[in-house]
Amino acid sequence: MSFEKFLFYVFAGILVWSAMMVITRKNPVHSVLFLVLAFFNSAGLWMLAEAEFLAIALVLVYVGAVMVLFLFVVMMLDINLAELRAGFVKSAPVAILVALLMGVQMVLVVGADRFGLSSMPAPEPKSADYSNTEELGLALFTQHLYAFEIAAVILLVGIIAAISLTMRRRPDNKYQDPGKQVVVKAKDRLRIVKMEAESTQ
Amino acid sequence: MEYNLTTLQPALPEIFLLSAACLILVIDLFLDKRTRLLTYGLSLAAILGTIAVAIGVSNSETQILFDGAYIRDPVADVVKIGLLVVTLFALIYAKDYLIQQDIYRGEYFTLVLFATLGMLVMASANSFLTVYLGLELLALSMYSLVPFKRDSEAGSEAGMKYFVLGALASGMLLYGISMLYGATGALSFTDVSAAINSGQADEALLVFGLVFIVIGVAFKFGAVPFHMWVPDVYHGAPTAVVLMLSSAPKIAAFALAIRLLVDGMSGLAAQWQDMLMILAVLSMGLGNLVAIAQTNIKRMFAYSTISHVGFIFLGLLAANDKGYAAALFYSVVYALTAVGGFGVLAMLSRHGFDAENIDDLKGLNDRSPWLAGMMMLILFSMAGVPPTVGFFAKLFVLEAVISVDMVWLAGVAVFFSIIGAYYYLRAVKVMYFDKPESDQPLIVSFDSQAAISVNGMAILLLGIFPAALFGVCQAAFG
Repeated sequence: MSFEKFLFYVFAGILVWSAMMVITRKNPVHSVLFLVLAFFNSAGLWMLAEAEFLAIALVLVYVGAVMVLFLFVVMMLDINLAELRAGFVKSAPVAILVALLMGVQMVLVVGADRFGLSSMPAPEPKSADYSNTEELGLALFTQHLYAFEIAAVILLVGIIAAISLTMRRRPDNKYQDPGKQVVVKAKDRLRIVKMEAESTQ
Repeated sequence: MEYNLTTLQPALPEIFLLSAACLILVIDLFLDKRTRLLTYGLSLAAILGTIAVAIGVSNSETQILFDGAYIRDPVADVVKIGLLVVTLFALIYAKDYLIQQDIYRGEYFTLVLFATLGMLVMASANSFLTVYLGLELLALSMYSLVPFKRDSEAGSEAGMKYFVLGALASGMLLYGISMLYGATGALSFTDVSAAINSGQADEALLVFGLVFIVIGVAFKFGAVPFHMWVPDVYHGAPTAVVLMLSSAPKIAAFALAIRLLVDGMSGLAAQWQDMLMILAVLSMGLGNLVAIAQTNIKRMFAYSTISHVGFIFLGLLAANDKGYAAALFYSVVYALTAVGGFGVLAMLSRHGFDAENIDDLKGLNDRSPWLAGMMMLILFSMAGVPPTVGFFAKLFVLEAVISVDMVWLAGVAVFFSIIGAYYYLRAVKVMYFDKPESDQPLIVSFDSQAAISVNGMAILLLGIFPAALFGVCQAAFG
């Protein structure tokens, strides 16, 4: 077994294990952390496939930005797990049966004889001065320009959707207006009252 | 390819609509409550402009752009113009409803415009990548429109349900696409179809991928057994959103099916014919039977949509040009009818009151004979009563099915249509023979009134002269 193959099995093994942990952990924070581990391992797999740019982008974008955000949200939400798991035991037998059937079918169809190295040979290794990033950029801005543009529009719709769903003016909310805070004068806040001194007897 | 105005000319409708939507998004930012009606006017102008551009670039040739990602052919032209016209009606009906329910915000119009753009992209997609991105653009806009009335609990629930199930269906579709990509090594439908027809690709793998793609398509159509979301979403979403959800996307879903199944996988027609047959029979059966039990008219229309989807599948599964033309005709006619039906519901609603029960139609004839007449035409068209256009839509589909020797299937379709006629006619009876429950006068603005009149008259006139539209559909599949 070559070293590369060994690395592949290490990454793939940890990836599958951590993916299982994501969906079985009781604590959502643990799930998110296992997902981060899964992302790191798939980045390793991509690195082995000589897709360096994608591997680094996966770590930077998903682990660095998206998962951190995820972690924040999960920690802020008060998720009642008992409620979420209420129907689990009841529907588990059916779910397991369907999953098993699907799994067997998938293994039969998507097995080594169809996606093995004989039918899908590994690409030729490129020379050291080959730039993955440049190739990707060229493909994005020439061959896949149309798809690239639509993807940009989808992101724009995502922004509009997020804002339209969450932004609302609530009249009963308490909030600070820095502009008004700056121009405030002492007499607006403080009332000096003169009182006659009283005897203390 | 080179990018300049001449080479990009076939894609002008999409370019125009995208520019207009972005412009409206920015302009809306500077409007206050009193001038916000401008957003509505500009949106109508954008749709009208796109229709004009789409007519301008239409011709009988087939043009492929962007390295095989984009296709402009007569089918795309008909689908685009059809869904744009329906969207125009939906926007007009939606305006008053939005104002009355205090949810008149600019985002409704921009999201509708972006959803329309997604549908245009789907209509002229020539690769798996484009078709998927167009679908997501449409779906994402719709997911955020369903819970548009934020105080409504039913709306939020419907939005959540739609989002989760829609994401699942997208996952299925993507998985199927990845299988086909693995088997054929191509994304563009031209290459995929060539690879399948050459017989080099692995048959089992192709069929495995096809199953997932059909599931994805069936979900987007709302066909049984992937229909669970339809009644709940129609029920929970504001009528203004259902107007958009129930009409034009059905034409776009037809385009999705044509692009994926016919352009991409005509070599697997024998396989998907059987799958569509099961979906069609189940949809017509369950849709029509369950619709009878509904008292909420939005739910009733939802189940009726499911049964109409069965009919569209009937045309598709004939797997010849005649069948595709009939299915296209059916989906355009259905969208036009559905937008009118929900339009009338929007007009019956007032501030703080949503017309959504069949009882809300009671005595409509006494309150507004013209509106009742239009609603009657719409319901007759859905039931397939001549001389409305719905009759011919059903007739052409049945003709196509019989022409490929599936008479039993036509028999099943007729049987369930007769059952379906019951609940449409019940609604007509309620409008004409029951006493009105409220004596509040109906106030319908001029533009809605004009639109519903044009809509109703179109249903009647197209029924008297069906060749006008059917000829166009036939020519598209020439």
